[in-house]
Amino acid sequence: MGDFDFGVIAGNLPFLMQGLQLSLLLTFLAVLGGIFFGTILALMRLSGILPLSLLAGTYVNLIRSVPLILVIFWFYFLVPLALGRPIGNFYSALIAFTLFEAAYFSEIIRAGIQSVRKGQVHAAQATGLNYWQTQRYIVLPQAFRNMIPILVTQGIILFQDTSLVFVVSLRDFMTVSSIVARTEGRLVEMYIFAALVYFAICFAGSLFVRRLQKASTI
Amino acid sequence: MIEIENLSKWYGDFRVLTDCSTKVASGEVVVVCGPSGSGKSTLIKCVNGLEPAQKGRISVDGMEVMARGSDLTKLRARIGMVFQHFELYPHMTVRENLCLAQQKVLGRNRDEAVAKTEALLQRVGMAQHIDKHPGALSGGQQQRVAISRALAMDPIAMLFDEPTSALDPEMINEVLDVMVELAKEGMTMMVVTHEMGFARKVADRVVFMDAGAIVEDRPTEEFFGNPESDRAKDFLSKILNH
Repeated sequence: MGDFDFGVIAGNLPFLMQGLQLSLLLTFLAVLGGIFFGTILALMRLSGILPLSLLAGTYVNLIRSVPLILVIFWFYFLVPLALGRPIGNFYSALIAFTLFEAAYFSEIIRAGIQSVRKGQVHAAQATGLNYWQTQRYIVLPQAFRNMIPILVTQGIILFQDTSLVFVVSLRDFMTVSSIVARTEGRLVEMYIFAALVYFAICFAGSLFVRRLQKASTI
Repeated sequence: MIEIENLSKWYGDFRVLTDCSTKVASGEVVVVCGPSGSGKSTLIKCVNGLEPAQKGRISVDGMEVMARGSDLTKLRARIGMVFQHFELYPHMTVRENLCLAQQKVLGRNRDEAVAKTEALLQRVGMAQHIDKHPGALSGGQQQRVAISRALAMDPIAMLFDEPTSALDPEMINEVLDVMVELAKEGMTMMVVTHEMGFARKVADRVVFMDAGAIVEDRPTEEFFGNPESDRAKDFLSKILNH
């Protein structure tokens, strides 16, 4: 035990913070994008218009049956081919995460929309609100209210998954921790530190979810 | 005002409405009654197209409800509807419940919508609750707000789908009073209800349904004084004699 030197953390703090910043930024943007596209996918699936629901259903099932790391690779190699120019590994990872998470979020959002009573839709329609107005003002606000805990949970999972971006040589928190660990020769200290940071952030998230769940059952 | 002709509706193989025909003239109050599962609620929801039907014809104020290309949104904006479970929007205050469609559908500005909202709530004795959410109100209060929400659109007719069935007994009258007043003012009303006292007091005609068909459609006094069908007699004896 006497050999441990946690001073490496303080010495490399700016570098480690850069990694944490990238992880958090990627999580935040991918959650936003995932919810946005997930909502569109959920509305398509529930639209009752066969081509739309078939298209969305195929997309969701396809993405959900592929490992995330493969999707990250795909976009890293395919997007530059499709666009004819490189877009940088951050954007390719962001697109991959967004489109991957959209599939998972869409299933959550679909369940949330279905949890809103049919009578609410009838009431909105009966006052002359059209489809979009009914979704925008009546269905989605109530659906999201019911979904917040599970959306946050999915966000926590996404945060952990950002550690996969090392495969496209992005420096997320996990990656920079490894770099410091190897260059300073302090593997044990750094991996304990990384674990504690992930634990603190994710546990804070879970506590937040528990509070939300309590609030929503009252 | 409302004309229903030979309306039939199926859920898969199950026929819920069989050749229903009736009319509601302008200013008339028609009560639709009958045992549970007789298709009353389904019938009234067909009138503004909330439920589709497969056969027959419905017209409201000259507009064909079931015709392809009918603008149902436009039609619904002109017909008020009140539901068994109130269906106020739980995430909005009473004020927002009443203002939403006035602003988004009728294009009223905020001041006009709020003024209208305040006047209507005053009328049903709910003005002091304007800032509350529906969850903070009793069933009777919620239903009075729901009636105001429908009236805020200046409807040409009102549909009521069992407006008092989900209420505790002591709250039924506060809702019926509002409906009686509305009837007296000459509102065209189609009301699905088991409240036979209300029917006697304000209905011009009673439509009695059983097993998806209209069995009797007669002036109120005739219906109560001398029901023709055995099923209506049986229904009335059960609902009145206790």
